[in-house]
Amino acid sequence: MSQIGFSLKPKQAFAWSSLVPIVYIILLMVPLYWLLNTSFKTNQEILGAFTMWPQNFTWDNYLTIFSEPVWRAGYINSVIYVVLNTFICLLVALPAAYAFSRYNFLGDKHLFFWLLTNRMAPSAVFVLPFFQLYSSVGLIDTHIAVAIAHTLFNLPLAVWILEGFMSGIPREVDETAYIDGYSFPKFFVRIFMPLIKSGIGVAAFFCFMFSWVELLIARTLTIIDAKPISAVLTRTVTGEGVDWGLIAAAGILTIVPGALVIYFVRNYIAKGFALGRV
Amino acid sequence: MAKIVLENLAHAYGENPQEESDYALKRINYVWNDGEACALLGPSGCGKTTLLNIISGLLEPSEGRVFFDDTDVTHVPTQDKNIAQVFQFPVVYDTMTVAENLAFPLANRGFDKALIKPRVEEILDLLDLRNMANVKAKGLTADQKQKISLGRGLVRQDVNAVLFDEPLTVIDPLMKWELRSQLRALQKKVGQTMIYVTHDQIEALTFADRIAVMLDGAILQFGTPKELFERPSHTFVGYFIGSPGMNFFPCLIKDMQVTVMEQKIQLPASYGQPAGKLELGIRPEFVSLHERSDQPDGIAAVVESVEHLGRNKIVRLTNGEFKFNALLSERTSIPKDPVALFDSNHICVYQDSFILEGEV
Amino acid sequence: MNKTWNNKAWLMVIPVVLLVAFSAIIPLMTVVNYAFQDTFGNNVFYWVGIEWFEDLMQSDRFFDALQRNILFSGIILAIEVPLGIMIALSLPKSGWKVNVYLVLMALPLLIPWNVVGTIWQVFSRTDIGLLGNTLVSMGFDYNYTRDVLDAWITIVAMDVWHWTSLVALLAYSGLVAIPEAYFQAARIDGASKWATFRYIQLPKMRGVLTIAILLRFMDSFKIYTEPMVLTGGGPGNSTTFMSIDLVKMAIGQFDVGPAAAMSLVYFMIILLICYAFFTVVTNMDKSDTKNGGES
Repeated sequence: MSQIGFSLKPKQAFAWSSLVPIVYIILLMVPLYWLLNTSFKTNQEILGAFTMWPQNFTWDNYLTIFSEPVWRAGYINSVIYVVLNTFICLLVALPAAYAFSRYNFLGDKHLFFWLLTNRMAPSAVFVLPFFQLYSSVGLIDTHIAVAIAHTLFNLPLAVWILEGFMSGIPREVDETAYIDGYSFPKFFVRIFMPLIKSGIGVAAFFCFMFSWVELLIARTLTIIDAKPISAVLTRTVTGEGVDWGLIAAAGILTIVPGALVIYFVRNYIAKGFALGRV
Repeated sequence: MAKIVLENLAHAYGENPQEESDYALKRINYVWNDGEACALLGPSGCGKTTLLNIISGLLEPSEGRVFFDDTDVTHVPTQDKNIAQVFQFPVVYDTMTVAENLAFPLANRGFDKALIKPRVEEILDLLDLRNMANVKAKGLTADQKQKISLGRGLVRQDVNAVLFDEPLTVIDPLMKWELRSQLRALQKKVGQTMIYVTHDQIEALTFADRIAVMLDGAILQFGTPKELFERPSHTFVGYFIGSPGMNFFPCLIKDMQVTVMEQKIQLPASYGQPAGKLELGIRPEFVSLHERSDQPDGIAAVVESVEHLGRNKIVRLTNGEFKFNALLSERTSIPKDPVALFDSNHICVYQDSFILEGEV
Repeated sequence: MNKTWNNKAWLMVIPVVLLVAFSAIIPLMTVVNYAFQDTFGNNVFYWVGIEWFEDLMQSDRFFDALQRNILFSGIILAIEVPLGIMIALSLPKSGWKVNVYLVLMALPLLIPWNVVGTIWQVFSRTDIGLLGNTLVSMGFDYNYTRDVLDAWITIVAMDVWHWTSLVALLAYSGLVAIPEAYFQAARIDGASKWATFRYIQLPKMRGVLTIAILLRFMDSFKIYTEPMVLTGGGPGNSTTFMSIDLVKMAIGQFDVGPAAAMSLVYFMIILLICYAFFTVVTNMDKSDTKNGGES
């Protein structure tokens, strides 16, 4: 297949550069492989011998995770607040992005910039204030608290991405719909949203991604009930020392949902990226 | 500058072409003279861009050969082919000034700076871009950018041909006029072989000495604008050239007489008794309207609508079964009970879509 | 896009404003509040003006952390941006292979940040890690928990492993958007691969590269979780970045005053650098487009 930047020419010398992505991906996979490797070993083997693949293959670590309610709850909690966050972000960002895309209004440029600045804020700055704020409204240790807290950095991104995609749809589409008698909500849901569905996909992907991976705020705002999986991982230091096998297995399990999501949106990734606005 | 020869050239994009329809470009044998301005005219998908890319070397033909003068250049890579190409939308190097853009092809080939400068200035003058020499290419208008693209082609003195791929597509209508005339003047001045691909007949007719009309990968006719107009060798050429295009009617022919819409018309030549699908072609310019009382032998017709074009008007007629057009001067009045007469000197006869030559 | 003036558009924007205000303005107000006050304990506060800020400006601890952040961001930008571009250039333009590559490359981006730290712990430790063990057995005196340079190298490697794909994916999106005609023209003009890169690909990637650099700068300057998990800020203080220091102050030592002051300064620094970078790039765009020409 043709390389970026050069037309199809039947006689092309072997391009060494086609090895680059392969080498890069191999390098990316090595630490992941090692984690996988470790997750299938017993702690004795991990600490005792040094092996490239498990000599005593064991499912124990995974079994522990699936059987202990703490671990199961951790996953479910993470999924809940991430989905909540993605939903809230999309729900709120769609109309706002539409407004930015179609209208000029008082202070619009400043508002947009202010939104973007929230993406720049260090989470560390918000740790204490968030804790106090959510305590005072009694929302500590709830999924909704984390979902809302994460909108701090996800909303600006969602609005920014969606506005970009929406600006690619000409106003004539809106106007035609009004002439045809559509009310605004009906137009938005039936006509507009299908047109920008790859944009919605990209925005949802990034909301999911940044919410799923964030630890600091998620751990600060939760104690037990809504503790995310990433925080449970830190609870693996027992009296016998660090349970590496368990940590490794848990780590692998947190990667799986992410991998699944990428797999399902892979076509959107290619399309959304091609539109140049990420 | 070079003479371009296409020998048995054909191209199929797929691996194993079996049938005619697998070929994007069907067998072509043509010679384009040195210094000639040619156009490749045809609708989208007719193969004109394929042909252009084969000549420029961006595509290698699956069959046949291309010669520049007497050298076989079929498999020569693009950069060694010494052709220049101007694309559909302006391609300029944004970060460079106009002068740097023009110098680029020479700089890449290792020319001495002292040689490059005067050459660039020569081209700047030719294109009337002198006062923009040090402006960054990014901020210019589309037509200026196209001129820069052209300039990059002309700056190399060993250029064999300059190829244009629908270059006026993104230019706005006012500038199209201007740029078209400038390109024509430039071609005459420089005397460079130029090939111009377009789907717009006005562009082709304005620019070229000879035009190749293409359809479905084949060149239907290659001739001067006059030849294409008066004796189109294929019904498609008749239909495509002219505004509006040629009128066609099914007919019967015997020797020097053609029967169309139940009227008999005498022809200046004899066609024998041809078989197959027979059609009579006549351009609206050569259809005249008269009162039935004056010319009872004419073809009875009813006027459906009239379009006024300023100096002329298009009269759209129907005889009940067939619709056709007549082009009349604005000063000529339309008869109340019109009959149409065809100028027999300008009637063309077609058998299975190809022109039939009669014997005088 | 022809936008019309319509102040009623505010209605559509209000939900966003409310949410972000709740998430941002209220907490920030709290921080600002703390930054100018001190406490006797028992939630009794009194005004101290800019005392905390003065302390901060004289604090070695703060400036050391700031230096570490600047050094870190500088290093990873210098590595990740060229590397990401290089990888994007080597990816095919289309075909089934691209999908596989893109999906695999995106994988590190979706790993929870503390798991990233864990992965590199398990990978780099000299007792159980492939990297650590291999380096030691090759004769290198490698131990990231004890040696400052090793710790820095490991953290940089971790970040490059984690985030280069983001730069690569963004750069790739910019590259595929370049119409084929540009490359054809370059071939006709006899341009070398380097010239093609310098005059066509790089300028056309300017938009996406700006996004990539901004994002990487912001996120690397704010970094907390990954180094926290890997080294805990050590050995000693050598990898204690500003976020780590801040959390220690706020939650660990509960020094809200100094923490708040540092928070504000920290935020300001990021804002200023982003704003400066953004303005420079926008001006570059403006100066190229003159007098109603097209860009």
